[in-house]
Amino acid sequence: MDLKYSAEEDAFRAEVRAFLEAELPADIRSRMSLGKRFVKDDMIRWQRILHARGWGAVMWPQQFGGTGWNVIQQHIFEEERADIGAPPQNAFSLRMLAPVLMTFANAAQQDYFLPRILSADDWWCQGYSEPGSGSDLASLRTSAVREGGHYVVNGQKTWNTLGQYADWIFCLVRTSAEGRPQQGISFLLIDMKSPGITVKPIAMLDGEHEINEIWFDNVKVPAQNLVGEENKGWTYAKFLLTHERTNNAGIGHCKRALKQLKEIAGAQLANGRPLIEDARFRDRIAQVELELMALEITNLRVLSATAHESRALGPEVSVLKIKGSEIQQTLAELKMHALGPDALPYLREALDADWTADPLFARHYRDYATPLSGQYFNLRKTTIYAGSTEIQKNIISQLILGL
Amino acid sequence: MDFTYSSEQLALQETLQRFIGRDYGFDRRREYARTTLGFSADAWARYAELGLLALPFPEAAGGLGGNAVDIMLVMELIGRGLLLEPFLSTVVMCGGLLRDAGPEPRNEEMLRRIAAGEVKLALACHEAAGRYELSHVASTAVRSGAGWRLSGEKTVVLDAPSADYFLVSARSAGHADEPHGICVFLVAREAAGVSLFAYPTQSGGRAADLRLDDVAVDEAALIGASGDGLALVERAVDKGIAALCAESVGIMTALNEATLNYLKSRKQFGVPIGKFQALQHRMAEMFIAVEQARSMAVNAAVYADSADARARRYAVSGAKAYTGQASRLVGQQAVQMHGAMGVVDELIVSHYFKRLTMIDLCLGNADFHLARFSDLLRPPAAAASVP
Repeated sequence: MDLKYSAEEDAFRAEVRAFLEAELPADIRSRMSLGKRFVKDDMIRWQRILHARGWGAVMWPQQFGGTGWNVIQQHIFEEERADIGAPPQNAFSLRMLAPVLMTFANAAQQDYFLPRILSADDWWCQGYSEPGSGSDLASLRTSAVREGGHYVVNGQKTWNTLGQYADWIFCLVRTSAEGRPQQGISFLLIDMKSPGITVKPIAMLDGEHEINEIWFDNVKVPAQNLVGEENKGWTYAKFLLTHERTNNAGIGHCKRALKQLKEIAGAQLANGRPLIEDARFRDRIAQVELELMALEITNLRVLSATAHESRALGPEVSVLKIKGSEIQQTLAELKMHALGPDALPYLREALDADWTADPLFARHYRDYATPLSGQYFNLRKTTIYAGSTEIQKNIISQLILGL
Repeated sequence: MDFTYSSEQLALQETLQRFIGRDYGFDRRREYARTTLGFSADAWARYAELGLLALPFPEAAGGLGGNAVDIMLVMELIGRGLLLEPFLSTVVMCGGLLRDAGPEPRNEEMLRRIAAGEVKLALACHEAAGRYELSHVASTAVRSGAGWRLSGEKTVVLDAPSADYFLVSARSAGHADEPHGICVFLVAREAAGVSLFAYPTQSGGRAADLRLDDVAVDEAALIGASGDGLALVERAVDKGIAALCAESVGIMTALNEATLNYLKSRKQFGVPIGKFQALQHRMAEMFIAVEQARSMAVNAAVYADSADARARRYAVSGAKAYTGQASRLVGQQAVQMHGAMGVVDELIVSHYFKRLTMIDLCLGNADFHLARFSDLLRPPAAAASVP
């Protein structure tokens, strides 16, 4: 039992850090640190820089072009990435779809799609939820009917993230009405340029365009874009969700957010003194720091145990998802509250990279303040998406506790 | 980074599990708690045979050279079995203090006697007005010839009634709440001027108030350097806190198992009550709380032996605050989900609950440690004025 990093792990961290310091473009770093509006180009550029170094997919095995890093190395990379403020990579492509392709797709699909994910030639989004199928995902109704060499897809997906930028969407579709709802689902890869696809933005509470409805009207999809077997898609879907939830622990992101929270609480004044000197506020920071300390170790324990026992991640990721999502929300809430009255101004244009504040306003309004209230509102999603907290508790009680 | 136990640790765990399973069942435990001594002298002899009393001491002093992770493993099982013997006081805290004080002959001699099961010690470090604050010492140590004279009162000294010796904090200089000027003395139970008021604790153990009335001790009774005793006491108490965190994790794990079994077996409205989602989700929350608390207890164990006071305090106070909160949730909800069976003496559930509750109140409760942890978050310049 030793929780300290080994000398090799420390050296690895230094190598990662040096690379990030040298290669992260200054303009991207600046936009990230100020919480400016999402720019797809930033993520594409950054993915290509990582790919050129051979680090395009830190969680993939080497046979598919990944780094082959162990879980501790992946954790270190993610921590350093978040700490320096490098953009996250596209999780839909790298963390969700890719493991499904590696495990269930045929060689032709793997050979075509995986390299294009690494090189950021393809941007993927997810087509899971539907208006009538949220937590009860297996009730989904978007249909795919086989006609010759194609499937013809009709229906509506919703709560799609950043699909307005996507080249491809991976979809759960109904290919059979026979048997239990889970038995008639297939996993289909669909080109977003296909005729009959309409992307409609959904206005969200933070005023930003992140989420869409996606409509399919007689969309023709080549049959070779079916992953695995027809009607076995539910198995792949659950496999994908397990991988998605691992990432939901978001330790690196949370550690950076905690650091920012302390900086903000040190800079914001309350009656002329730094807010962090207010014990009542500082105790709230302490409380969330405790949760994060514990989660970081729990996360490493889970990852080490699965590596040690050579098994895939199981329902224990639900623990990580519940805690990680709650911590993200709490940190966002405290950052907003640290601003006090400066949390109120709603300045959409301030999220653009080139905004400068009015001199009168800038006397009290700090540049870190702009995104914080919006982030608080936005991150209410974390306990809802990828299986709500309530669904995760169902999973724990059924699959771990046997209730 | 490695989260696994060594083969020696696994063997120790198995030996101890076997001992508890065979010789320390719940019914026996209740009998021991009712005796005057409050624990089992035979069991204490077994601790010595199994090497538990020598576990964390250097090999030069007859010890096994173990560390705080070994202690964690033992304390988890002590928790699960609700063992009553004064392991925490004698071995973890007093033994730890004597070890940290250096290889002086008297310290090593005392460690050898502890390891052999010949003597038991108690740490007398709390005073009424100080609550949990270890630097609040009004007891006095006055030079007298070649020795010292000690006077003062120590409150709720854990395991004091059975102790042969006390390690006592007393002040040779300064005001009652100053960090400097504190000394640690080894005081024999039999010394003239020592008196005790002994009582049982809520969780079946024993404790006492200790009065020192002009007690004469020789120079060798001073442990460590004069005036620098606070650091020694803090290190010893931090080891005790890490051990208590492990004990509470052992109890919470057992309590969750008991509650889960009850949810699966108790039927109402024609179904096991574990079929109800309200209870399922609460059980899931308790499961998560224990996983998180375990992580914090592991972290505390890893840092408990550290000489770096700040790193140690961050890990140890963080863990005590966190496990205190978790144990409140798990303890209260285990009782709640057992219904009326949760509030009877007959089931182990209420005994686990009481021990968890008292662990929170020992050596600083969750609020006390959250405040200490929170103070570590202050920027260095602002925090400089605070010791």
